[in-house]
Amino acid sequence: MTDVTTGSTRQGSRWTPEEATRYASRGIAGAAAIFVLVWVLFWAPKTTYGSAVSDPTDFFKTFLDSLTFAGLLFVVASGFTLIFGLMRVVNMAQGSFFLLGGFIAYKLQQNFAHGGGFGLLSSQVSMWQWILPAVIAAGCVGLVGLGIQQAFLRWNQGQDLRQALITIAISIIIADQLLAHFNAGNAQSISWPGKLDRFVSLGFGGIQYSLARLFMLAVAVVIGVLLWLWLQKTRTGMVIRAGVDDRQMVSGLGVNIQLTFALAFFVGAALAGFGGVMGGSFAGLQVDVGGQWLLNCLVVVIIGGMGSLAGAAVGAILYAFVFNFSAIYLPTTSNNCCTEYSVVFTFALLALVLAFRPQGLLGRAG
Amino acid sequence: MSHASAVTPSRVVGIGALVVAAAGPFIFSDYIAHTLLTQVFWLGIAAASLTFLSAYGGMVSLCQISMFGIAGFVVGNTVTTGEVKGLHLGWNPWLGVVLGLVVATVIGLLLGALSSRSFGIYFLMLTVVFAVLANYFFGQVTNLSGFSGISGIQVHTPGIIGNPNLHPDRLYYIALVVAIAVYFLIRYVGRTPFGIALQGIRDDPIRMSSLGYNVAAQRTLAFAFAAFIAAIAGVLFVWWNDHIDPATIDLDAVINLLIVCVIGGLYKLEGAWVGALAFVLINNYLHDTDVPLVGGSFYTVIGAIFLVIVLLSPAGLLGIWDRLVQRLQTGPPGPAVAAAGPTEESPSTSHEGTT
Repeated sequence: MTDVTTGSTRQGSRWTPEEATRYASRGIAGAAAIFVLVWVLFWAPKTTYGSAVSDPTDFFKTFLDSLTFAGLLFVVASGFTLIFGLMRVVNMAQGSFFLLGGFIAYKLQQNFAHGGGFGLLSSQVSMWQWILPAVIAAGCVGLVGLGIQQAFLRWNQGQDLRQALITIAISIIIADQLLAHFNAGNAQSISWPGKLDRFVSLGFGGIQYSLARLFMLAVAVVIGVLLWLWLQKTRTGMVIRAGVDDRQMVSGLGVNIQLTFALAFFVGAALAGFGGVMGGSFAGLQVDVGGQWLLNCLVVVIIGGMGSLAGAAVGAILYAFVFNFSAIYLPTTSNNCCTEYSVVFTFALLALVLAFRPQGLLGRAG
Repeated sequence: MSHASAVTPSRVVGIGALVVAAAGPFIFSDYIAHTLLTQVFWLGIAAASLTFLSAYGGMVSLCQISMFGIAGFVVGNTVTTGEVKGLHLGWNPWLGVVLGLVVATVIGLLLGALSSRSFGIYFLMLTVVFAVLANYFFGQVTNLSGFSGISGIQVHTPGIIGNPNLHPDRLYYIALVVAIAVYFLIRYVGRTPFGIALQGIRDDPIRMSSLGYNVAAQRTLAFAFAAFIAAIAGVLFVWWNDHIDPATIDLDAVINLLIVCVIGGLYKLEGAWVGALAFVLINNYLHDTDVPLVGGSFYTVIGAIFLVIVLLSPAGLLGIWDRLVQRLQTGPPGPAVAAAGPTEESPSTSHEGTT
């Protein structure tokens, strides 16, 4: 058919121009991926650890670092993508929710474990003194998000730019309030419970790895599975998926979509808050971290595809690997080159995805 | 209905403001003229680059401050000499200015091409990512800046400007003239076939595409043009400030520029300078106040103002002004006027009613 319609100029060619571009772009992306793989596995001269073959231990550590970081990214970004998928609200306050969750948990842990404002040692913290603050903080942030949605966003539905501006305004206020009431200008850290804050042997290559980071990954997997079950197997999940497709039709069928919106916003904000607790335990909290996490969310969902849970997982993994590996597997020797250019690789990943799939890897077109 | 040369309240106020600005250094104190008003001029130019994209192209770009910063960093790296960080090439100041503008415009072209297929909220998110990455880039790459940034730019300005520290009036008038020129340049571009096509794309990209316009190319060009405008502001900024570092273009700065535009009005070019004036005044006179009841600082105040404006008057202060003028002229506005979404307004027609 195509050969007939496009005439004689391409006789003998089996590809339409669109197909040719697609295959060419896939070829370029594939070649880049193979080069990166070969570089990291076998070559990597003058880098921190050398190639993976020459130093498998540090390669696997970097690998695990990336995977566990991806878990944390997924938790925060899945909340973002849930809110966006259903309500088309770009929650620019997601980074502030992250911080708010972290600081609430920090205060609670200080109270529960009698920290007296000093950094707690993990040996002073029992399992419950981590879980309880985490759950309460996530719930509080969920309620804050719910309040914001009801007070400001609900009556601006459909005006996505205005809603984004509203969440920006709220993120300014939250950041300033955190500075005023939580001493957020100084770096503070939530303590992992003593049981988690140790290294375990993974059973191969003599690798010792942080149990807390593995715990973070496990929690992320559990959250991902629960979210998937919720969205796929329950009635609420069905309503949410239907609402993503056609909001008006769902409410026309007599479903109270506003209730679902409120619930989704609560869960999305709570996930950010819970991510903040994990992030604050693993890397510490400081007011500037909020902007960093907004960036992380945006990169993950832009790469993975807006509103897609699986996209958030794929985006989180890709971003985490590029982020960690570019910091370690770039040459370091010549004066100021090149690990400091690692940020360029995040940009390159983004540019590559957008150039070929503007809607993100698993996002829907249009 | 009114003729193009008619006397409208907006024109009277605008010309009055220009007269006051022209006499600025003679009627105001040094602090107000050189610290505040010069800042209003360059901040307004930077904001105008965002307002141009938003009003004419429907593209709310949050990386205008990055374009501004890139130009500033290029100037800083090329013109300064030994005693500071950066490349300190010590080239001719005019060459630095040209390079700053060119580099920022080329990067604008590149980022514009990358984001030209994203619309609305996706475009906004993408540009936020560009902005934050630009901030990290300059923070990490110590060859070009590093966290402490580049200082000592004021002694390497072109001859007619001199050291702004010693001759602040010169920079004041140059910033004023450049601001006026930028205003008329954007107004002119808005009336060219390119600008009119851009407004068509803002309103209906699919229709413009089916009329044969290359939507992505037009949006890319608009983005590059806005980058050029922002770069002009960046050059003025480094002359005024003597110093540029990554904090100049961090997420706070991104949001501050957005606040300037939203306070003034995202849909009208004049709003850029109105917003800049309001922001600079609030920033200077409310900076040390403590907020009663909830606690917090200046940023809680500015966040609340921002929130109130977004909620109540999306067209910003100029939207309020327009409604006041209309009420004075024709009595209370009809509900259709008050509730009309500002996106439907065309900046070229809503400003003066030149039809």
